[in-house]
Amino acid sequence: MIPAREARSSQAAVKFAAPLDVERIRRDFPALHQQVHGKPLAYLDNAATSQKPQVVIDTLHRYYSAENSNVHRGVHFLSEQATNAYEGARVKVKRLLNASDPREVIFVRGTTEGINLVAQSYGRTFIKQGDEIIVTTMEHHSNIVPWQILCEQVGARLRVVPINHDGEILMEEYERLLNDRTRLVSVTHVSNALGTVNPVKSIIDKAHRLRVPVLLDGAQATPHMKVDVQELDCDFYAFSGHKLFGPTGIGVLYGKADLLESMPPYQGGGDMISLVTFEKTHYNVLPYKFEAGTPHVAGVIGLGAAIDYLDGVGLEAAAAYERELLVYATEALSAVKGLRIIGTAKEKAAVVSFVLDGVHAHDVGTILDQEGVAIRAGHHCAMPVMQRFGVPATARASFAFYNTRNEVDALVQAIHKVKKVFR
Amino acid sequence: MSDLRELYQEVIIDHNKNPRNFRKLEDADRTAEGYNPLCGDQITVYLKLEDDVIKEISFQGSGCAISKASASMMTASLKGKTKAEAAALFDKVHKMLTRDPEAKVNAQELGKLAVLSGVCQFPARVKCASLSWHTLHTALKEKGGVTSTE
Repeated sequence: MIPAREARSSQAAVKFAAPLDVERIRRDFPALHQQVHGKPLAYLDNAATSQKPQVVIDTLHRYYSAENSNVHRGVHFLSEQATNAYEGARVKVKRLLNASDPREVIFVRGTTEGINLVAQSYGRTFIKQGDEIIVTTMEHHSNIVPWQILCEQVGARLRVVPINHDGEILMEEYERLLNDRTRLVSVTHVSNALGTVNPVKSIIDKAHRLRVPVLLDGAQATPHMKVDVQELDCDFYAFSGHKLFGPTGIGVLYGKADLLESMPPYQGGGDMISLVTFEKTHYNVLPYKFEAGTPHVAGVIGLGAAIDYLDGVGLEAAAAYERELLVYATEALSAVKGLRIIGTAKEKAAVVSFVLDGVHAHDVGTILDQEGVAIRAGHHCAMPVMQRFGVPATARASFAFYNTRNEVDALVQAIHKVKKVFR
Repeated sequence: MSDLRELYQEVIIDHNKNPRNFRKLEDADRTAEGYNPLCGDQITVYLKLEDDVIKEISFQGSGCAISKASASMMTASLKGKTKAEAAALFDKVHKMLTRDPEAKVNAQELGKLAVLSGVCQFPARVKCASLSWHTLHTALKEKGGVTSTE
């Protein structure tokens, strides 16, 4: 049980519609119910990774206890069970993203591997010397470095769309950068460092007018909102299971079937072939062409359980609750003297990055930790964003639907402690 | 709070606010850069040597209170020391920060630097305190270089 925190009455102005039974939801997450340095844990580092509901933990336990077997191989009972569960999870992901076909769902290690797959398979095939790839200033390193590697390999050029001081993409600059040399646009759906929700529909439409495919980095979007890849009409969409209340080491790359068909395999090995001779090897059909080697079966099944859990919670109700939590947190933090919020876009997910006058984010993080408040301090693998805002690092509180106003209050109180230490 | 006071002692807060020797050394004959890719801390250490003696030492960069104070105290304690003395002090500080069970940390030998001993209770912060020292180590070894904590 969570010891009740004292709510700060001054922040009671924000009204909660709360169709979400947060206290009941919290009971599903065992990791939330612990003390850190003698204080109740306030876990506000969800953009780094989310906690797992008991049902996901139980699913992993059951898989290894009773169902463990390799997939797509054995004729025996367990292998059939495991294969069914594995392929069943693929259908759940298809539903989560509203993809048109489970063949468009490729299991990878995470968002990073998904982007690298596109860079190395699609990129090395279709992007040539003098071609251009567009990203934005607010990308995570995992949506910068794979393209830099590709550019070096093929002689292409990386173009970067700047952002304004609120942390929003400058759309007119984007349109200016789009040209007949552009071969791919790769943009984050939601910024991990700023929380900005990008106008991806408009970004995609503009690229498609020039027949340029678009990859969306969905690592931070999938935990916060309903994603519909058909409605967005994106060509690739990558996300990570561990940020979506699932296990680590598993993620998804969605790709339109015709694009995936046109791409060579990313890795060679078992499962991705249909016939191997030393003269010629025939590759397997989608999605197996991109799933070489024994996959992370437990992770995939665990991700399926997380998606089922999310269905139960209701992503839309969760998103509505998180919006109110974001407003509450933004108001509470803005009231702290000497605190500046980095990332003030109109459309934001429940992420608040901030800097404190005269105190480095790393010191903020350590002192908050002593108060049981877990946040991220640093550059958030988005060094160009830090450069854009002229700060070496920020402290970042990122919320999930299981977080509460009490935890926001604990955050604010802990920040006052930081100020006391550094007075 | 008591643990926090161990880490953020007044001396450390003071060196963070008013870092000593915080400037570029225009006529430095040795410089080295250090990075902590985990948190983005960055430091440049400048040395001016006369024979084997550190005639001048300064630093610049950005980082947390621990890394800044550690760098500041390092420069303050090394001016006038020989390269061998600096290397010996580096060794002692390193052992103190990593709490080497073999090492007997002598507070007197370390002088003011002993206030950094609280850092070892915060494993996540040890690299902050050691960054400037590793960078110094690189600067003493060679002309120009880049150090990373990873």
